[in-house]
Amino acid sequence: MTAPRARALLAALAIALGTAAGRAQPPPADAAPRVVVGAKKFTENAILAELMAQVLETYAGAAVERTFNLAGTQVAFDGLRSGAIDLYAEYTGTGLRNILGDSETPGGAAAVYALVSETFRRRFALEWLAPFGFDNTYVLLLTAERADALGITRLSDLAAHPLRYGMSHEFLARPDGMPGLRRVYRLDEATTVGMEHDLAFQALADGAIDVSDGYSTDAKIVAFDLRVLADDRHFFPPYQAAPLARADLLTRVPDAAAALRLLAGRIDAEAMRRLNFAVEAERRAPAAVAADFLRELGLSSRTVAPPARAETFWGLLWQRRWVTLQLTGQHLLLTGVAVLAATLIGLPLGIAASRRPALATLALSGAGIAQTIPSIALLAFMLPLFGIGVRPAIAALFLYGLLPILRNTVAGLRGVDAQLIEVGRGLGMRARDLLWRVELPLAAPVMLAGIRTAAVISVGTATLAAFVGAGGLGDPIVTGLSITDTNLVLCGALPAALLAMAVDGALYGVERLATPRGLQAR
Amino acid sequence: MIELEGVRKVYRDGFVALHGLTLRVEAGTTLALVGPSGCGKTTTIKLINRLLEPSQGRVRVDGRDLATLDPIALRRGMGWVVQEGGLFPHLSAQDNVEVLPRLLGWPAGRRAARAHALLALVGLDPAVHAARYPAQLSGGQRQRVGLARALAADPPILLMDEPFGALDPLTRRRLQEEFRGLQARLNKTVVLVTHDVDEACRLADRIAVLDAGRLLQIGTPAALRAAPASDFVAAFLAESPCHP
Repeated sequence: MTAPRARALLAALAIALGTAAGRAQPPPADAAPRVVVGAKKFTENAILAELMAQVLETYAGAAVERTFNLAGTQVAFDGLRSGAIDLYAEYTGTGLRNILGDSETPGGAAAVYALVSETFRRRFALEWLAPFGFDNTYVLLLTAERADALGITRLSDLAAHPLRYGMSHEFLARPDGMPGLRRVYRLDEATTVGMEHDLAFQALADGAIDVSDGYSTDAKIVAFDLRVLADDRHFFPPYQAAPLARADLLTRVPDAAAALRLLAGRIDAEAMRRLNFAVEAERRAPAAVAADFLRELGLSSRTVAPPARAETFWGLLWQRRWVTLQLTGQHLLLTGVAVLAATLIGLPLGIAASRRPALATLALSGAGIAQTIPSIALLAFMLPLFGIGVRPAIAALFLYGLLPILRNTVAGLRGVDAQLIEVGRGLGMRARDLLWRVELPLAAPVMLAGIRTAAVISVGTATLAAFVGAGGLGDPIVTGLSITDTNLVLCGALPAALLAMAVDGALYGVERLATPRGLQAR
Repeated sequence: MIELEGVRKVYRDGFVALHGLTLRVEAGTTLALVGPSGCGKTTTIKLINRLLEPSQGRVRVDGRDLATLDPIALRRGMGWVVQEGGLFPHLSAQDNVEVLPRLLGWPAGRRAARAHALLALVGLDPAVHAARYPAQLSGGQRQRVGLARALAADPPILLMDEPFGALDPLTRRRLQEEFRGLQARLNKTVVLVTHDVDEACRLADRIAVLDAGRLLQIGTPAALRAAPASDFVAAFLAESPCHP
């Protein structure tokens, strides 16, 4: 199946299920230009994406499609370049370090912004729009109580006090982390201990440590009432958040730039922390948080915001029932297309391979190698070839499904009693008759078991498809992991597990049906 | 009439299965190929339906060189019976018998009528056994179905490779008797491979004794017994009392 057709099918299914759910995306008007907003798989990026999506819907008349939960910078960036998404929120420091690979930071925030804008426009035809107004960089944190008691407001105040530093392992190791900080702020005396990020917040609250590192917009800064120290010597590189868009979007949707400019400079770090807090701690949906914030800014939003997430697992499961149904549909479609393709290729290839040992070795080792690639890596390999969305997911699932189908087809056909084949030849059967009347019926149970294995593997692996924007039941798993909401993770994992069992059971039934009666009688 | 002329068969691994075999089977008669394991008797029968090709020499049926004939059409004109019937386990007795009629494109009604008639001919009740799968039949019943299958398209030639070899002595004896009765009526040209001299004596008009890929002697059971060409033939025949 071609990718556009797969996508069209998926869209049709999503609309059918979404209408039933009563919370479909706003139906695109005929004239409305289609805009795909992407988001990396963390809360802040999803909120920023929602904000951009909603202003585009309201002020640029766009029909917005949301492709959230992308696995990381590389995936989002590749998606943007390939045109699978039109824009997402990126950080200037990330653009500089991770995408351009520059290790030097030129001057302050404005210089970095100017450098990435210029380079991205020239090299990638991508536009950095006006920043949102906050800088999500490393910060050092103290409890408000301790900071006030010691009179510490800036990083340069730290050197005067003997403090206990509990830092994340990464921060201790990075040259632009603790080692540089010691040099620039003269913290030679500081005693440090490495610890997990989440534990560090608790340790700060308990008074076990005095200082820890974090990101400036981390919701936990609000939750634990922490004080952010000013980086008065500009040690940390700037990570200004801004919309990063394809240049062609701005020409294709003339009002897009103006709509996005409504957000320029309107979100400071404090506001961003609050928004992150609302999603992570108050369990509200990014779309709802974004809509409220737009109203706070005096803007309007057409988006019908979903309610806050239910607190209990069963409540959440019930609340998400229609979404889950829709995601299950996407999930089944992904795996169905992939397994069907693997079957259509795997069966004939397996039949050919069962006759030619050299081909069998080649095909089985090829498929075997694909199988040994970790699934997330295989998905990553598909990105340059297929962009993001449904296509790379189906391609990866297809490759995973190929081995069990191939292997069982070859094994099933080779397992057919050689004497029966000779009898068939002796009776005057042609190779074709032998295949259809003797070999395939006798090998069918083994071959179908291969398809069943492929389908079950595929249903499980397809949860990772959410990382490349293909949706499915992996969506709540990825979101749940990023905001540490186990119930939300379970809302994806449980249906996925049930789906795998159901698929297994259904295909087992097919296998029984396809087993010739004469073989069952034994 | 089947003729082998100077047929030599060398397998890919270099094993010489037949060293220039020449023999003839007259139309409407039964020839038994006997000899110890590995003597070349199964190789010989497979050369006749071209499951194997001779390395040298010629095989002719009714005067026509097999090498010039389409192997598929050739095989469809020869019934092929193997040990234990060689039935397809996923097909019922009737469907097994119908394999060749189906390949020949007979209409369903004709196929079914033929299958039922043949099952009755080999002593099975079609109403009871036609729908049974091989796993639901006894060894003797499977062998009968195998014979019915070989007769399905009424071939003038029957090739039988150890057809009764896997049966218990009583069943074997009864099937041999029935086959003798059938052969008297059907008048096929039969080549029968067996390691059982007794069976050869009962069923065959002539017996060919093979050893190590060579024909030691060929003749009627009585002629062989009266004048064995070698000690080997004499010893081989002595294994069985041979009461035709």
